[in-house]
Amino acid sequence: MDIEQLKPEDFKSDQMVRWCAGCGDHAILSSVLKALPQLGYKHEDVVFVSGIGCSSRFPYYVNTYGFHGIHGRAMAVASGVKTSNPNLCVFVITGDGDGLAIGGNHFIHLVRRDIDVNLILFNNRIYGLTKGQYSPTSKQGSVTKTSPFGTIEQPFKPGGITIGANGTFFARTIDSMPKISTEILLEAAKHKGTSITEVLQNCVIYNDMTFGDITDRDNRDDRIIMLKHGEPMIYGKNQDKGLMMKDNQIHVVKLGENGISDKDLLVHDAHTEFAGIHLLLANMDYPNFPVALGVIRACESAKSYDVKMTDQIEAVHGKSKIHSMHDLMHSGSTWEVK
Amino acid sequence: MSKQAKVIEIEEVAIRFSGDSGDGMQLTGTLFSDTSALYGNDVSTFPDYPAEIRAPQGTVGGVSGFQVHFGHTQINTPGDYCDVLVAMNPAALKANFRWVKPDGIIIYDVDQFDAKNIEKAGYKSDPFEEEDVTGIQLISAPISNLTKESLKDIGLDQKSILRCKNMFALGIVSWLYDRPLEHAVKFFNTKFAKKPILVEANTKVLYDGYYYAETIEAFTSNFKVKPADIEKGVYRSINGNQAVAWGMMAAAEKADLQLFCGSYPITPATGILEELAARKDLRVKTFQAEDEIAGICTSIGASFAGSLAVTTTSGPGLALKGEAIGLAVMTELPLVIVDVQRGGPSTGLPTKTEQSDLMQALYGRNGESPVVVIASSTPSNCFDYAYMACKIAVEHMTPVILLTDGFLANGTEPWKIPDLNDFPEIKVPRVERDTKNWQPYARDPETLTRTWAIPGTPGMEHRLGSLEKMNITGTVSYVPENHELMSHIRDQKIQKVAKDIPPLEIVGDEDADLLIIGWGGTYGHLVTALTEVRREGHKVALAQFNYIFPLPSNTSEVLGRFKKLLVCEINLGQFANYLRMQHPEYPYRKFNKIMGLPFTVKDLTEAIVKNLED
Repeated sequence: MDIEQLKPEDFKSDQMVRWCAGCGDHAILSSVLKALPQLGYKHEDVVFVSGIGCSSRFPYYVNTYGFHGIHGRAMAVASGVKTSNPNLCVFVITGDGDGLAIGGNHFIHLVRRDIDVNLILFNNRIYGLTKGQYSPTSKQGSVTKTSPFGTIEQPFKPGGITIGANGTFFARTIDSMPKISTEILLEAAKHKGTSITEVLQNCVIYNDMTFGDITDRDNRDDRIIMLKHGEPMIYGKNQDKGLMMKDNQIHVVKLGENGISDKDLLVHDAHTEFAGIHLLLANMDYPNFPVALGVIRACESAKSYDVKMTDQIEAVHGKSKIHSMHDLMHSGSTWEVK
Repeated sequence: MSKQAKVIEIEEVAIRFSGDSGDGMQLTGTLFSDTSALYGNDVSTFPDYPAEIRAPQGTVGGVSGFQVHFGHTQINTPGDYCDVLVAMNPAALKANFRWVKPDGIIIYDVDQFDAKNIEKAGYKSDPFEEEDVTGIQLISAPISNLTKESLKDIGLDQKSILRCKNMFALGIVSWLYDRPLEHAVKFFNTKFAKKPILVEANTKVLYDGYYYAETIEAFTSNFKVKPADIEKGVYRSINGNQAVAWGMMAAAEKADLQLFCGSYPITPATGILEELAARKDLRVKTFQAEDEIAGICTSIGASFAGSLAVTTTSGPGLALKGEAIGLAVMTELPLVIVDVQRGGPSTGLPTKTEQSDLMQALYGRNGESPVVVIASSTPSNCFDYAYMACKIAVEHMTPVILLTDGFLANGTEPWKIPDLNDFPEIKVPRVERDTKNWQPYARDPETLTRTWAIPGTPGMEHRLGSLEKMNITGTVSYVPENHELMSHIRDQKIQKVAKDIPPLEIVGDEDADLLIIGWGGTYGHLVTALTEVRREGHKVALAQFNYIFPLPSNTSEVLGRFKKLLVCEINLGQFANYLRMQHPEYPYRKFNKIMGLPFTVKDLTEAIVKNLED
């Protein structure tokens, strides 16, 4: 089949989707299915790798190659797939427990190595498959089955971890905004290097409306900001709010007040290598700030790990006189017994 | 003049070089053993070094040793006891005196035997009074001072000068055993190509040591060990870790697959990863992962993507990899896990050898999780068993655990370079491109092996995973009957590997009453003990197992031929217990040591004779 002719339905598998009705995962699946035909890869060159958790059932629902691993290790499995065959387009599907608790070590090292893998982090701030325990992204004070009196832990911020690990790409979207999700996923897939896309995802059973403050349709536009490279940071239902940099901190300002115009606002530069501003933007949280969506950081790395490995192998291979086991075994110090 | 010193021909000699971790004893021993191998002797070596990189100088904890055993006859072990101990300081004497033969020679650097070092080593008075040196020839050599004297005008600082003193010791021993010096000099020229002053210094000290030994009257004779009668061919020296790496590379070349090793450094297995990392010219891909789990998981990913994937580790790492090995069992992907066993439990004795991971390899996973377990038994046959591990893994689409140990990993011996044409083909069960209605878990009826569809192959898109799979289709299944069926299939699939493995053979007397049973790395010691006991007129046989699970098909038949079965292993009896479980019809006797050291032939012969009599 011609790549151009592929449709979202072509990437659907014959498996029944088993997520709860109303789960945010359905919308994410549909956003991914919409993105896949636009990537320019054939079916057989796409691989989805996941760990364990609700989100990790994902590969079964996509008609590509797929690998459902063990808890926390999707990042490592995917690193092996991509390093073994850099021609493949590799996605990692993980959650806040799988990717940031048990798999946290693999997460940071995937990002640090900058392997050309696209990671989609389904963040619902809860353990769903084990039925409602707090996760590393649960808000402090969250009452869950394992924190009946509220958590006393600080949550992780996935953007902060990604940027702290020298990540080259971080984006954020919301499950209920599928069109934006598809756009962002296309950007993520285009990125050469590890891309991390955090999807704020609602768990309708164990953590319903955890992102209610920012997803509620009436107030949403005043509480989120869509970042676009090269555009000033304006948001709000009436497009009357903006972000300004002052004293090395981001400030929320109202356009028109105190003579502030859109020229005073920050202009989003997703491509700058300077991580400071991206970190500030990624860590913004409601109610003090709007939550940033879109591609927050997309700084092109020189070469991803998998490409560097291939280059190094070819360079050494080209210079060496050893091109077979026979050459190797007879190299160096040998002697003949006659 | 000592030039008239008489030359005595002897069959075999064991020499132990020992000194501080920083004294260069490993290099000294390696140069001596390589020289002996080049000369035509059969050789076996074993390094014995501390886990600490540089433990406090002069203490027993910091002593690094290297034993070389070479001979005119076949040499199967590095030797229990040494004919010559080179002790560069009192701590080296303290740590190694127990290994010196009653009529042996101790060559020591008298300059280092001052009050301070004697006390640091834990001696209260004169070490040679505290130790019972009756019958031992003591050679007091001012090695440090003569090295300084030798290099005083060369233009090196004092520290660098003293670093050459190991070559003085090598010179002495080279004279004593009539070894040529050319190999060492050639080595200096390569190693220090960019620092000619070091070539000059080391060469000068080496020769000065040699002439010193020739000149002093201390040695009444020197010895000649004639070349061994060895099979014709081209040889090189190889240790177990290198042999494992090369065996896997050979398998990849033969199967025409990309070799991928995801691994994490761990003593004593690291050498395999290092060897593979150096072989980019053969397009080996190595991935030094963030931990043991990532090591195996990257390899599983690579296996899914179509590489010949391996991971290398030691006991603690195997424990961490357990869950992922189960994943490879469930997904039925080829994977080789090399476990270079060391002393346990926990961190245990990282640099010491042991055979105590057998049960872990067989059963250390959740669920019914059968994998093939094989073990190599000499440093050089690590090549053959690594090759076989890869062959079985690929042809049967299964994880294979290859057990070696610290003794094999670091021990070296001459290796006749094989012709890869003599190795069996590796048939890759890749799905044919035009297969219609391919199913991920459809199987070969004979072997129960499924086929391998590699990402990038059109029309074969499928999902694998850790959840139970429906037979044939490979979809997720919770059907009770299917789980039972799949559990049996996974078990049967491994049992059927027995068809591909050679029958168990015995060495020694077919009509003996006693069969010595060993597995893995103890072969050299067991066969040497067998030879000695037979030389004394006893009848005895040896069966060394390389295939552990499944066992060779004729195991029961072989065991049934003997009245007494004595299972010898470096643990508390894991293989004996395993045999009891597999073949409960026979009674098993056990002989076990667990000191972090290889068997001694002496202990073994005593145990064998005792069991012959009982």
